[in-house]
Amino acid sequence: MADEFLLQVGGVSKAFGGVQAITNLSFRLFKGEILGVIGPNGSGKTTLVNLITGFVRPDSGKVFYKARNITGLQPHKIANLGLTRTFQIARPYDSLPAFKNLIVPLNSPRVRRTRGGKLGDIEAVAIDMLEEVGFERDARVPYKTAGSLPLGYLKRLELARCIALKPDIIICDEIFSGLSMSEITSMIPFLEKLHLEGITMMMIEHRLRELFRLTDRVMVMNFGEKIAEGMPQEVIENKEVRKAYLGTETS
Amino acid sequence: MLTGDRRKKRLDRSIKVRTEGLYAVSSWGEMVYLIAPRFVLIVGLFTLPLVLDMYWQRVLCSAGIYALLALGFDFLAEFVGLVCLGGAFFVGVGGYISGLLNAYYGWPPLLSIPVASVAGAVISTLILLPCLRLRGIYFAIVSFMFPLFAVYIIVALGVFGSTEGISALATFPNIWIEQYLILVAVILSLFGIRRLVSEDIGVIFQGIKDNDQAVKASGINITAYRTKAVFITALIGCFGGAYLSHLYGWLGLSLFAMDFSIMPIAAAVMGGMGSLVGPVLGAFILTPLSEALRGFGQLRVVLYSLILIGFIVYKPEGLMNYLQRKYHQFELWEKV
Repeated sequence: MADEFLLQVGGVSKAFGGVQAITNLSFRLFKGEILGVIGPNGSGKTTLVNLITGFVRPDSGKVFYKARNITGLQPHKIANLGLTRTFQIARPYDSLPAFKNLIVPLNSPRVRRTRGGKLGDIEAVAIDMLEEVGFERDARVPYKTAGSLPLGYLKRLELARCIALKPDIIICDEIFSGLSMSEITSMIPFLEKLHLEGITMMMIEHRLRELFRLTDRVMVMNFGEKIAEGMPQEVIENKEVRKAYLGTETS
Repeated sequence: MLTGDRRKKRLDRSIKVRTEGLYAVSSWGEMVYLIAPRFVLIVGLFTLPLVLDMYWQRVLCSAGIYALLALGFDFLAEFVGLVCLGGAFFVGVGGYISGLLNAYYGWPPLLSIPVASVAGAVISTLILLPCLRLRGIYFAIVSFMFPLFAVYIIVALGVFGSTEGISALATFPNIWIEQYLILVAVILSLFGIRRLVSEDIGVIFQGIKDNDQAVKASGINITAYRTKAVFITALIGCFGGAYLSHLYGWLGLSLFAMDFSIMPIAAAVMGGMGSLVGPVLGAFILTPLSEALRGFGQLRVVLYSLILIGFIVYKPEGLMNYLQRKYHQFELWEKV
């Protein structure tokens, strides 16, 4: 594992009214790794994503990305730095055709800058990108309105939106949730490919078996706190983790 | 379906699908099919001044202003997701700036109208800027308050002619210029906005309407884009106001009248939200209608409301969406 870290979260806390969603959480995301984040429902995983990507401002603590303090920066600015996220509940633009969903990120300052303002035929680029994430090229699917697509495609569309930004980090918020086994197995190689291309990932997941195929480091959260961190195997053996999360599910 | 040597042919679906992407038109019939509605609209609007008498020509001018406002309302509500009830604010700001430039500095309308449109749009946008973070009903409420706010400020400070307003502003040389100026403005705004919503920026606007969080996550500053959209609407509205103050050679508090906020919505509902051309058509129907009903006095509002309720209950999609659907399903008989 490289020593260089891309993202450092230092002692962040967040309370919604009386509910302490995250308490003094710190971790690092190293360049080129896939970090898994697991924890029971309501343990603050999604809030953590929101805190990192600027959708929610932490009460205290700091987030550093490439040694730059990004705490409290607006979400679109953070996305433009190459730190992208997917949403747990897919957020497509329902009334637009699927490929037009990608016109939005392709018009972001980051893409314009990296591509020198010249994208050529932007719609062709968008359709290529959909093909890359697993849409059939010649089928009608890319032209259908996103609102009419099944969940499997929407999850891929979420990923495509991140990839369109040519990101350094993708944070996947339960990308496998609601997908069938076959959809998941077809998505895993694609995520591995992204990883090989050098994209650092953080995956929040409930599907442990699939997650452990991808990650080499796992962080476990419970009640807004980090209760364990390490190799998947050690984490599973951890008593506290089993009590909090895994219960008697695995033997 | 066959009857003798003729059969029913559906002309359109395929053309519609093809023309949404690239313009592959293969016959005169298809070209006429595409051009006819636009042609009827433009020629129809431009011949109206020729057939109307003096009184109705004036009505046409104010219908044009309502058409601009309705167009702006439809654009913001259906394509950007901001329900803006501040039509009266745009009219008032544009009208006051243009009128004051004329009254105090003697600028001719030729100069004061464009300056007032741009300056008014900048001012309106800056004032609405803090509210752009609000969504849905909250933005509607705040934008609805601004005209009232402006009226009370003008009255309280006693500036700009206070309650009496300022009369004897420069007017247009003749009624033809009056009419064709506003008609050209309506046509240009209509086709301009239609073009805009199909460009990339229009896709981003639609994205903001559908899901603003996802737009943020795509690295796009939604406030910046909302500002652009509000500016475009304000520009059209302020032009209407500037035009109005020179149409009557008068500026006063009634430029901020609620009519300018409410009527466009009625026109948009009647004409068909989201079709852009519908609200324009709605304004050209509703404004003369409310003039024709003037004889009923206060009862006019009741009749007016009944028409609106009728539309909301029986044709919630509005006139234009209905007509467009029918047009695109157009069937004709052809020889076998």
